[in-house]
Amino acid sequence: MRPPAELVHWLFAVGILFVALCLLCEAIVGKEVWQMRAWRKYLWPGLAFTMGLLLWPVMAFFTNSAIHMYAHGSWAEVLMAAGAAELGLVHGRLRSPWWRLTWPVAFVVTGTAFIVHEQNPWFFARSAFLHHLLGWTFVVGAVIPLALVWRPRSSVLRASFALTIVAVSVMLFADRDVAPVFGHLSPLAGAPHR
Amino acid sequence: METPFVQRLPVETASIGRAWIVSTIGPAVSAGGVIWAILQPWRVTLLHPRGQGVWWLLVESPLLVVVVGVVFSLVVARPLLNDLEEHDASAG
Repeated sequence: MRPPAELVHWLFAVGILFVALCLLCEAIVGKEVWQMRAWRKYLWPGLAFTMGLLLWPVMAFFTNSAIHMYAHGSWAEVLMAAGAAELGLVHGRLRSPWWRLTWPVAFVVTGTAFIVHEQNPWFFARSAFLHHLLGWTFVVGAVIPLALVWRPRSSVLRASFALTIVAVSVMLFADRDVAPVFGHLSPLAGAPHR
Repeated sequence: METPFVQRLPVETASIGRAWIVSTIGPAVSAGGVIWAILQPWRVTLLHPRGQGVWWLLVESPLLVVVVGVVFSLVVARPLLNDLEEHDASAG
């Protein structure tokens, strides 16, 4: 009854895409308009926190190896921490802008975990390629949430943050269990399907 | 220094532009899902359900993208557009 791994990637891609669209709209209309309804200001931080929670069952049920377990566990922790910090900030319980550092930290930890837990080279299969690409996107993209700590009202930075997350969701939607990437597929990867 | 170029958009134009972008995002995402379904129809298992497992019938990636666009339009974009209009009316 356990779903194939690629389906789990797509389900998380749905949540990530929704969060990205919310962030993009917030960047376009501005914080003042975005927060006119109370429920809306908790929407994307709450979703981020929930996705962090949902990563725990992924860690428990998709334990191909110890390193997979550590990777999924670390994503769960940093996503919950960043979502919770954002919830605290929008609620007013947390006041220090330094709490926003949880996002660049989450990006760096997530990216490093992606790169480290992928044992195969870039062109081994599509999933290997995407793991490397996602990892480097997170590591390099961490500059954007880091800049947002000092310039939280910058529309350009907020839109860039949203578009980085859109890119992450597209990469997750492109994930397949066994499929070629640009015509490359290692014979060790197994038979491609779909 | 005087310049013939407009350096700052009038408030009304900027507001219309923002409203247009917000109202377009959801349909654009849904259109992306529809285009994906047309390009890779084998990913929509509802079109050929025989022999498919329960997960492949439940999780169909192009349809998920369409659903994200629709839900976003109805739940987020529509009330946001009302608020944007209300905010701009009170500001202008």
